[in-house]
Amino acid sequence: MSDIIRLTAAGLAEKLQTREISAVEATQAHLDRIDAVDHDVHAFLHVSNHALDAARRIDDRRTAGEELGPLAGVPLAVKDVLVTTDMPSTSGSRILEGYMSPFDATVVKRAREAGLIPIGKTNMDEFAMGSSTEHSAYGPTRNPWDLGRIPGGSGGGSAAAVAAFEAPLALGSDTGGSIRQPAHVTGTVGVKPTYGAVSRYGAIALASSLDQVGPVTRTVLDAGLLQDVIGGHDPFDSTSLTDAWPSMAEAARDGARGDVLKGLRVGVVKELSGEGFQAGVQSRFDETVALLTKQGAEVVEVRAPHFEYAVSAYYLILPAEASSNLAKFDSVRFGMRVQPDGGGTVEQVMAATRELGFGPEVKRRIILGTYALSAGYYDAYYGSAQKVRTLIQRDFDAAFAQVDVLISPSAPTTAFKFGEKLKDPMAMYLNDVATIPANLAGVPGISVPIGLAPEDGLPVGIQIMAPVREDARLYRVGAAIEALLEQQWGHTLISQAPALGGK
Amino acid sequence: MAKDALMDYDKALELFEPVLGFEVHVELNTKTKMFSHAPNDFGSDANTNVTPVCLGLPGALPVVNEQAVRYSISLGLALGCSIAPSSRFARKNYFYPDLAKNYQISQYDEPIAFGGSVDVELPNGRLVTVSIERAHMEEDAGKLTHVGGSTGRIQGAEYSLVDYNRAGVPLVEIVTDIIYGAEADAPELAKAYVSTIRDIVVSLGISDAKMERGNLRCDANISLRPRTPEGQPPAPLGTRTETKNVNSLRSVERAIRYEIQRQAAILADGGTIIQETRHWHEDTGRTSAGRPKSDADDYRYFPEPDLLPVQPSAELIEELRAALPEPPAERRRRLKAEWGFTDLEFQDVVNGGLLVEITETVAAGASPAAARKWWTGEISRIANLNGVEASALVSAQDVAAVAALVEAGTLNDKLARQVLEGVIAGEGSPQEVVDSRGLAVVSDDGALIAAIDDALASQPDVLAKIRDGKVQAAGAVIGAVMKAMRGQADAARVRELVLERAAG
Repeated sequence: MSDIIRLTAAGLAEKLQTREISAVEATQAHLDRIDAVDHDVHAFLHVSNHALDAARRIDDRRTAGEELGPLAGVPLAVKDVLVTTDMPSTSGSRILEGYMSPFDATVVKRAREAGLIPIGKTNMDEFAMGSSTEHSAYGPTRNPWDLGRIPGGSGGGSAAAVAAFEAPLALGSDTGGSIRQPAHVTGTVGVKPTYGAVSRYGAIALASSLDQVGPVTRTVLDAGLLQDVIGGHDPFDSTSLTDAWPSMAEAARDGARGDVLKGLRVGVVKELSGEGFQAGVQSRFDETVALLTKQGAEVVEVRAPHFEYAVSAYYLILPAEASSNLAKFDSVRFGMRVQPDGGGTVEQVMAATRELGFGPEVKRRIILGTYALSAGYYDAYYGSAQKVRTLIQRDFDAAFAQVDVLISPSAPTTAFKFGEKLKDPMAMYLNDVATIPANLAGVPGISVPIGLAPEDGLPVGIQIMAPVREDARLYRVGAAIEALLEQQWGHTLISQAPALGGK
Repeated sequence: MAKDALMDYDKALELFEPVLGFEVHVELNTKTKMFSHAPNDFGSDANTNVTPVCLGLPGALPVVNEQAVRYSISLGLALGCSIAPSSRFARKNYFYPDLAKNYQISQYDEPIAFGGSVDVELPNGRLVTVSIERAHMEEDAGKLTHVGGSTGRIQGAEYSLVDYNRAGVPLVEIVTDIIYGAEADAPELAKAYVSTIRDIVVSLGISDAKMERGNLRCDANISLRPRTPEGQPPAPLGTRTETKNVNSLRSVERAIRYEIQRQAAILADGGTIIQETRHWHEDTGRTSAGRPKSDADDYRYFPEPDLLPVQPSAELIEELRAALPEPPAERRRRLKAEWGFTDLEFQDVVNGGLLVEITETVAAGASPAAARKWWTGEISRIANLNGVEASALVSAQDVAAVAALVEAGTLNDKLARQVLEGVIAGEGSPQEVVDSRGLAVVSDDGALIAAIDDALASQPDVLAKIRDGKVQAAGAVIGAVMKAMRGQADAARVRELVLERAAG
């Protein structure tokens, strides 16, 4: 395995800046890696034909003495939910097979402007509906730690690409845990920023009030560097915050260096433990709590009494918004078109297209959402769910009045086997129990690897949550925990992942 | 289409009370669309004024047009509404190919303006106050063209074309409360109400307000309820229909009258009114059934999660309130005085819905009297003949130009009518029509005198009568001269010369 792909994004960026490595070399190394392992992993739906050209342009500009951004020349994997002008954007759905967008998502545009090299589009559950990537219309992605297991979802492709060293950085989207849960099961880092911290323009909407784009990486610092590139106000997204943000990379460096844990008030969410949480996940989490205490953090147990209703509320709000967001896929202006035998009316063409173009999980949620918004049921379902959402926001407010950050395991189990939860949607939905509350409240959350579960040897992550707009706090605390653990282990967790690639 | 049975209008009013309600859609003339930076232009090539937002492409997001919000607030204030300190957009979900996202961004339970009223003056002098329930912001849909059928409607079409240029054009929908007590004036009230709304939006400068272009559209709801004997409680409200495609002030009036007569005939015959939309046909003067409409139509409204609530500051609202033009009733009083019209003359203008046209024509340099004469006269006559709106026929600038040509003596009234006819027929500007048709009056006295002498010579008896002091006999000579001049002479001047020549 080439050394280049083993580098962190920060490490690679440094070698690019000193011209020890060229952008073309960096890009070629990752394309070679994809060639070698993606047959097994299937993290990518599309690999770019333009990456080497883009890399060459970066090298030319650097040679010409141009001042480039800190990540210029670093390859980037892009979740297929984000539209791109030079690669198809399918959101994991048959209905968008081959769809070419006339515009780039704002985050992709910003990444290109910063000199990052988009190398491909990563696999995902169809329209980001799922926790295992098994709902992709193009076949599942496999977990690099165990090819018989799921890489999490919906952003299993981005997490697996980073875990398998196919890309140092990836973009994801997180509606109920689609960045953090895959990070948890693949031993990588994933951040869901504050709602509105990163533009949603060009992210194919699942649930508009919950969706948030964020970084998927192998280290906390790398995530900070990427959020610095993609974050900040976008006039094309009305829900984007106009705040001036501190550098997340600086916060990460600060955290790794200093003693931010000393005196830090940490709340362990009582409701996100116990029943349903795998023993090895819980034990690694408890050890990390002990480590925090040892470092001088003031750890207390915090109650969030309404979290137990979060999954139920989420599975009303999400399908309701999704049923409306997905109405545009009707074959009239773009995408797949199915003509019924003998022609048919526009309504019949729309119905036939949606029947064939959408997978079963998408249909299930459209039906659920349509029902939840129907006259006579609105108050009981969508209305009540919105009230629960308010109560969950209040739980967070009350908790953050006492503590600086909240922590929990990022997900209740390690990576499960393919097919294990496919027949039982409720079991699949419950895998997001720890991550959903942050989306409902709009607060930021990060998942950082904290070890392997003793019983199955698979990665476990800790989730850290901070108040709205306090993303920098996540990076500070996340980087501190990462540094402590790596110091304790003497290596990174990802270095323990099995080598891949028969070629 | 089977002909509907109609009851005599007076008979219908004897048996039933008409109950009305209007939804008027006003297209705002902002530079860009409601939620995107696509140009808001009428008449461009199909699908050129579009962005990913208007086309509902994956990943696109709406952004509210601030100017549209300001216009909506101004309109709300002009309608006497309260402006909500916080209002919200909502999604109205339904599948239709002219609706790119298959949902329309509108406002539902939290409109920007609510609770206003408009004073409407009827041709008979009656003043009616119409309560406004709400005015809310929304986006227009695209335009469908059905090809291959005989009717141009979707039924029977082979295929349909969609133009998304109109998709996302900002609209304000003004919804009235239920209007009781219009009685026999219902058709006139409908027309006067829409005309008043049109005056308001034009004076605010927020819409081009051309009904024939769909800038201003009225959906007219009407139901009838049977009268009950004195002292008994009123009957419950009848089932209503909603008449659409009413593209002129004149058709608003006609459509309401038609629906009253149609519904009355059905009810008197023991039938029931179907709750549905009715499509107005300008050519036949009838309505036909559209789609069934029930109160249970389920649009699955929910708050639009891609947009923040609209929260205009109190300062902005006061700033816009201070900038409001005078209310229509006041404006009418002022204009009537300024123009020096009699009650009857002014009423004629108001009934013709020509306030805006005359204001613009006067602004373009014509005298108020001339502007009134042409608009309520020849132009209205041609409009009625063709069943179109007078304003659609000719511009205020052209009318002012014709008036100026008359003033200058280049045209007499008869020639001016021909010039207007030419302008309306698309032959160019008034001056171009004068030139191409050779319509200027003959002002050369020599040519006139020659013709007069000829006429007098051929009618010696008339000459004798004139010389006897029977001046009215000159008419026959004047007529002959005008004929010889093919009408292109100033009749007053001819008369003067005839008397002069006869006196010898």
